[in-house]
Amino acid sequence: MSKVNALLQGTLNWVDERFPLTSNWKAHLAEYYAPKNFNFWYFFGSLAMLVLVIQIVTGIFLTMHYKPDAALNASGVPVAFASVEYIMRDVSWGWLIRYMHSTGASAFFVVVYLHMFRGLLYGSYRKPRELIWLFGIGIFLCLMGEAFFGYLLPWGQMSFWGAQVIVNLFSAIPLIGPDLSIWLRGDYVVGDATLNRFFAFHVIAMPLVLIGLVGAHIIALHEVGSNNPDGIEIKKKKDANGVPLDGIPFHPYYSVKDIVGVVVFLFVFSIVVFFMPEGGGYFLEYNNFFPADPLVTPPHIAPVWYFTPYYSLLRAVTYPLFGIDAKFWGVVAMGAGTLIFAFLPWLDRSPVKSIRYRGPITKWLLAVWVVGFFILGFLGTKDPAYKFFGFIPGAPVAQLLSVYYFLFFLTMPIWSSLDRCKPEPDRVTMK
Amino acid sequence: MKKFLTAILFAPILAFAAGATLHLDSAPDKSNDMAALQNGAKIFVNYCLNCHSASYMRYNRLQDIGLTDAQIKDNLMFTAEKVGEPMKIAMQRAEAKAWFGAGPPDLTIIARARASEHGSGADWLYTYLRTFYRDESRPTGWNNVVFENVGMPHALWELQGEQVMGSDRKLALVKPGRMKPQEYDAMVGDLVAYLKYMGEPVGEFRKKLGVIVLIFLSVIFVFAYALKREYWKDIH
Repeated sequence: MSKVNALLQGTLNWVDERFPLTSNWKAHLAEYYAPKNFNFWYFFGSLAMLVLVIQIVTGIFLTMHYKPDAALNASGVPVAFASVEYIMRDVSWGWLIRYMHSTGASAFFVVVYLHMFRGLLYGSYRKPRELIWLFGIGIFLCLMGEAFFGYLLPWGQMSFWGAQVIVNLFSAIPLIGPDLSIWLRGDYVVGDATLNRFFAFHVIAMPLVLIGLVGAHIIALHEVGSNNPDGIEIKKKKDANGVPLDGIPFHPYYSVKDIVGVVVFLFVFSIVVFFMPEGGGYFLEYNNFFPADPLVTPPHIAPVWYFTPYYSLLRAVTYPLFGIDAKFWGVVAMGAGTLIFAFLPWLDRSPVKSIRYRGPITKWLLAVWVVGFFILGFLGTKDPAYKFFGFIPGAPVAQLLSVYYFLFFLTMPIWSSLDRCKPEPDRVTMK
Repeated sequence: MKKFLTAILFAPILAFAAGATLHLDSAPDKSNDMAALQNGAKIFVNYCLNCHSASYMRYNRLQDIGLTDAQIKDNLMFTAEKVGEPMKIAMQRAEAKAWFGAGPPDLTIIARARASEHGSGADWLYTYLRTFYRDESRPTGWNNVVFENVGMPHALWELQGEQVMGSDRKLALVKPGRMKPQEYDAMVGDLVAYLKYMGEPVGEFRKKLGVIVLIFLSVIFVFAYALKREYWKDIH
């Protein structure tokens, strides 16, 4: 036995002299001290990593059989569309790989939205974690790009018309817009050139940037240490060895805890994959089972659910300004709606970080904002003429909520400093 | 406050439920009825697979619904040579478009594509195939309640007979077909069950596998949770 141990130790030493294996293992896992009071909301970071891995692995197998080709085959079906059905029928376990990938796209956004909401609840974006937050925003934007490019690939009606609508948005930019949108598409309409470049962006460009940003996000996190539901710094109270008193090594404590989270997540994920892969028409839109047809415009074009809150912001702007089309300002509102999260570290002036010690103003404004975000998302899936209960028109509701969406952030420096906060505890609490 | 928030969260769903207008009859569920599925396949190849292709569906896949290669070859293959071939048709798309105004769509996944907030794709097809009526203003002489001004004539009219639409927008059978109304509905039910199966041949297996996966994950959960408890028992 001692001989085996000696051999293993020798091998490890050999590696450590050439690559910082042990020191990295310690820095990021065995001696990375995380606060001991993480709650439910702290599962979603590791789950986002899991979904990223699921998407990459299933994606690799999908590219082995998928063909980014908009030409029609002998039966008059676009090759790309037919290749997806080929995966669903003729590739061994292709249906499972494809459903995991399509469900994974929605799961990614569910998990990332919950992860971001955690940041909002506990002030995780605040000093000294501004860069973690900014890298996170980068990941979020990349993810939106990745999802948008990927959605074109099945080459169904919604793929085609969704891409057509979004790329056309760029044509609203004054002067350069029309040429810019042609440059993006590579054609006057969404076509084979568009499909091929979106495929390239989806399978290589975006994933590369995404993985780089995820690395930066985690390196920055491990530099400053994790926040926690109490929003206080565990590094302020250390023992004689310099270990935070309220910190526990990530491995094994959080590795075994995250395994529980992973199993629960996979349970929910499997319910969708095996019993409702279309997600009620929200994860796989019904209209996308019709192949793309440039001559038939669907009566109602809506983006996939994870884009609909921003789509509502876009549609809410109906007035031209400074002689420029309303459509352009809609695009600006949509862009601002996604980018405004990046300014949170500097907008929030509250003396405490966590919602636990913040006053009623924050709690109410945040609750209304979240509800508003859901309603904007719901209205984004509907026709602009939609009426609640058949009589409350949706469009003005969306406009009102859009104004609130931005006011929440823009007035945050004022209300966050006015709120009656409770004193923070000295040490973390185990609730 | 929690109640208030739940109320506004669910308001859109209720409002949405109130908005539906198109009424679809719900198709009988025959997903596990092999005789119905086989009958549906027979009707499909006899009545549909002349103008419509099912180009992602291979004939030998019909083994799923309890048929042997020999049975498929003898009873269901009229144009194809090999049992592994997909269900293609001889009609050229350009000609079809000239004849009907629009090319008859491939039907492999029609049952998935026709799903909407009004009902499942099977419900849509079940209603569609039973609501053709005489309309002399249309080039084919037929119109449809679910799919207004459809280019397709009533391919099953010999079986159903002829319906007309009254001023109350209700359909009445004026010339009986070879089948009684109940027989016709049952036959359409079989055909729709087959179309649903063809839309996702793996559908039934997927659900069975799902149960096993969920049981497996439940067992793993017990061990994962016990492991977590064991490690965390000293953390207070």
